[in-house]
Amino acid sequence: MTQINHHLSEELLIAYSAGTLPEAFNLVVATHISLCDTCRAALDAQDAVGGALLDESPDAVVGDDAYAKTLALIADQNTTPVQHPRISDGVLPSPLQEYVGGDIDAIRWKSAGLGVQQAILKTSKDAKVRLLRIPAGAAVPDHGHRGTELTLVLQGAFRDEADRFGRGDLEVANEDVEHMPVAEVGEDCICLAATDAPLKFNSLVPRLAQSFLRI
Amino acid sequence: MTASRTPPRGEWVQHLQKIRDHRDQAAFAEVFQHFAPRVKSFLMKSGASDTLAEEAMQEALAAVWQKAHLFDPSRASPATWIFTIARNRKIDALRKQNRPEPEDLPWGPEAEPDQTDVLALAQETRKLAQAMAELPQKQRELIEQAYYGDLSHSEIAAQTGLPLGTIKSRLRLALDRLRHRMK
Repeated sequence: MTQINHHLSEELLIAYSAGTLPEAFNLVVATHISLCDTCRAALDAQDAVGGALLDESPDAVVGDDAYAKTLALIADQNTTPVQHPRISDGVLPSPLQEYVGGDIDAIRWKSAGLGVQQAILKTSKDAKVRLLRIPAGAAVPDHGHRGTELTLVLQGAFRDEADRFGRGDLEVANEDVEHMPVAEVGEDCICLAATDAPLKFNSLVPRLAQSFLRI
Repeated sequence: MTASRTPPRGEWVQHLQKIRDHRDQAAFAEVFQHFAPRVKSFLMKSGASDTLAEEAMQEALAAVWQKAHLFDPSRASPATWIFTIARNRKIDALRKQNRPEPEDLPWGPEAEPDQTDVLALAQETRKLAQAMAELPQKQRELIEQAYYGDLSHSEIAAQTGLPLGTIKSRLRLALDRLRHRMK
């Protein structure tokens, strides 16, 4: 595992454990945890809170035939083959590969202008997630946020005013963050970025491009 | 179904292992009896109707049987593991969404968990349940609201007041040991 310095916030861990995040955010969280044992342990701990709540839940009345029906479900499913563990040795961890349909070579990039490429992944509509490829040394247009934006680095690295983000690092940006990430020289930076509201760009041209970019 | 004693938490581990290793129906019947009413109540509190909760509960308990080989007692107590299955059924049934899951951990015959880790986790899980029982009412309600879906992620407060530090370190240690064994 690589050295990861920027982790999931406690809010995100609780919401992922509770199952209340939009699908796009779930994908970023699941991809980060695939790379980060610190957050995997933190999620397991958070799930234990859910387990304690479940264990203390008052008993609901289950149907008289509930047990028989469950056994029937099991009998129906008994032909399902045992699934092999999902373990990736590529650049993209397994949960992301399942959305892309393969590793990094399978990404269908489209130009997003200024040398930046993107690939929007299909999820439920309550938030959006896309892959971004920023040329080594290039900047992503200056933007602020209306909602929450999660950016997870998969290859290369970027820097903003505050910090450096390498593979596995997750940046959580909220409404009060305005930043201009710059990809480090040496290697194109590939990130997975999710937003629950459109970005707001600070200059006119990107604003015009926004409807075209669908971000 | 007839009422029966509730085994101590550790015993549910053995129940799940009997299901895994011997497809033991008697063990499954007892797991069902204990967890089915809880899972259904959890789903109803999360907003499912009685009919939907009943259906999702049966699917969740069927998955307990199907997935018993994936249960790892060094990483989750039986209640925690069953919670994660019920939660995923909830997302599927109530929100009609796919749930991306983290990559699996390396596993194989060598990956049979370290017994020290299993016992330590069981102990930490008991301590956590105790701590939750002792939380002030207001904090307790916040946690329930987060888990039953009444709060969005931006409304969740980070400070739940729960002491998760020790259980987190325990789980991290178990993960390190597993990765080391699989090298």
